Amino acid sequence: MTSAASPEVPVLVRHEWCKGCGICIAMCPKKVLEAAPDGKATVARPEDCIKCETCEIMCPDFAIRVVGGRSKGVAEGKGDVAGARA
Amino acid sequence: MAVPVDNYLRNQFMPHMWCPGCGHGIVLGAVLRAIGRLDLPKDEVCIVSGIGCASRAPGYLDFNTVHTTHGRALAFATGIKLARPDLHVIVLTGDGDASAIGGNHLIHAARRNMGITTVMFNNSIYGMTNGQYSPMTPKGRYASTAPYGNVERNFDMCELVKAAGGNYVARATTAHARQLSNYVEHAIQTQGFAFVEAVTQCPTYFGRRNKMGTPVDMIEWFRKNSVNAAAAAKLGPEELDGKIVVGEFYRGDAPEYTQVYEEVIKRAKEAAAR
Amino acid sequence: MPGRKGRDLRLLQGNECCAEAAILAGCTFFAGYPITPSTEIAEILSEKLPQVGGHFIQMEDEIASIAAVIGASLTGAKSMTATSGPGFSLKQENIGFASFTEIPCVIVNVQRTGPSTGLPTAPAQADLMQARWGTHGDHPIVALYPSTVPEVFDLTVKAFNISERLRVPVILLMDEVVGHMREKVEIPHVSDIEIINRPRPDVPPEKYLPYAAGPDGVPPMAPFGTGYRWHVTGLYHDETGFPTTAAPNADRQMKRLYAKIESAAEEITFTSEESLDDAEIVVVACGITARSARRGVRLARERGIKAGMLQLKTIWPFPYGIIGDIAGRVEKIIVAEMNMGQLIGEVERAACGKCEVVGYSRVDGEPIAPAEIVAKIEEV
Repeated sequence: MTSAASPEVPVLVRHEWCKGCGICIAMCPKKVLEAAPDGKATVARPEDCIKCETCEIMCPDFAIRVVGGRSKGVAEGKGDVAGARA
Repeated sequence: MAVPVDNYLRNQFMPHMWCPGCGHGIVLGAVLRAIGRLDLPKDEVCIVSGIGCASRAPGYLDFNTVHTTHGRALAFATGIKLARPDLHVIVLTGDGDASAIGGNHLIHAARRNMGITTVMFNNSIYGMTNGQYSPMTPKGRYASTAPYGNVERNFDMCELVKAAGGNYVARATTAHARQLSNYVEHAIQTQGFAFVEAVTQCPTYFGRRNKMGTPVDMIEWFRKNSVNAAAAAKLGPEELDGKIVVGEFYRGDAPEYTQVYEEVIKRAKEAAAR
Repeated sequence: MPGRKGRDLRLLQGNECCAEAAILAGCTFFAGYPITPSTEIAEILSEKLPQVGGHFIQMEDEIASIAAVIGASLTGAKSMTATSGPGFSLKQENIGFASFTEIPCVIVNVQRTGPSTGLPTAPAQADLMQARWGTHGDHPIVALYPSTVPEVFDLTVKAFNISERLRVPVILLMDEVVGHMREKVEIPHVSDIEIINRPRPDVPPEKYLPYAAGPDGVPPMAPFGTGYRWHVTGLYHDETGFPTTAAPNADRQMKRLYAKIESAAEEITFTSEESLDDAEIVVVACGITARSARRGVRLARERGIKAGMLQLKTIWPFPYGIIGDIAGRVEKIIVAEMNMGQLIGEVERAACGKCEVVGYSRVDGEPIAPAEIVAKIEEV
């Protein structure tokens, strides 16, 4: 189960892979994520997401995908990766 | 074409075994993103590990993967690379695996300039065996076998690999995950031996014993205590005490071993034909 | 190269012959570390392997050597290392890895007197048990033991074939004397040498189960880098190759590893005998001691004693059945060996009390002479 299924929601959290370490919540510059009652990450403010992909890169559990992120899942620091496959 | 990380995971074995907040997943993600950007064919990638927490990584990866014996990953990898120089051989190893029991193999893989990329997950502790000090545990830090504080000095593995003859040497922490991934990308592109030290948090053993707080606190600690290589060059040893110097430290162009050996084969065949 | 009809006769040292045989058996990779009395094998292969497009590397130690050999074998290369006593000790952990992960490789141990540095480098036959049980844990292993240079050729080829066929490390135990002795050997034409290659998968990669064995207990092995992406681990693993701690799987895996050797035992057991038919006293020996035993038995026959001998060319798996049969029809078995008594324990197990078993040991770094064998035969 993901906490957001619609394409409009920018951040997908794979609940069963999330271990609730809180890194994504702390690292998000826009405070998009919050801890659910079970401690796992959930998307609280999707409208604030700037798709920087920090949450995805910093998640130690491969539990987060940023939909339509600029690097299409291969984020790096130098800018966009051209011709990325979804 | 860049390939997303999910494509490289053996999803059926996820979630992985690492503790909540363990930085190893961040490091592994950085490695996989580098492979994705380079779009290396999965069949041409071989991941080799030793024993320890970091060395469990290959089991989760959809490449040719070998989980070998403690400390020996680079020796196995040397055989693989020499027999199949066309493969991208990447060693994922921990600080105990690479700097203690496997230290000699690291030195010699670098000296030979084998075309192997080594990513050392340095969490400064033996996590798999519940938190003993490693050669990478900073002096004064606590561990289950250093109850009065570690009396040993730790290694600078980047200096070691550079001195031994590697062609690429870099260090970053989990607080620098984007840079880390770039460094791994550069390492894979290196002809010859490439070494990336990834400083990563072990909240369960190192963090708890040393009262470093949550995984987030540990990452923040890395960020605050890191100095980039250019800035570090202007600082004295006292100012650098306790700091983590990050950056790309060395790029060399010494010939890669298997390419040199191909020349040996050519010469030997000529000699045999005479 | 001699013509198809010409005989290729050479005067070769045992170590030289081993290296020549390895190349003809298809060996394309050698990793090693210098140690007397095995070093000639490395020296020769450093010259010959690149001539056939193969690879030689001198590693930083013995542990790395066997590791590199296993790594190369994963890519499909027939691989070998050669060492002696202390080096053989260092290789043990990774021999266990190769046995458990079923990666073919050949390990030559040119034995010298131990323990530790011992008598460098006087002969001994004291690594027989280490060849079987040197690494920790239950594990299958095969060990062959030549006594002459021609046998070195034959058993080196067989070592590769068995290793490939059964996906098991094969140890070639040599005596220092055999390694360094020169004898006439006829090198067969390459087309007359039987070559066996490891079983390959006949299914596409998506259907490949790397540890799913057929009826012979041997799973097909896909070389790395050929589209079959699989996982190798020294943890207990199931048919998929991935680790599992399930008790029934562990039981099944270990029993399959033993069964694959047992079911092939007959085809991999090699012995040689002398005057066994009517023998009342039989000498059991291997390596150079078997040569002295053969001569000793002939001398004893000249003196009217009904003596015979059995040479074990395969010591692991141990030929319990063959020795049990002999024990049932002779009065005495003498086990002659250059150690404090290693083979004798297995012979006693095989004899099951059906005849008397006596040992003759020599541990001073000197070979057992035929006269000593005769004296022992006369004594018992």
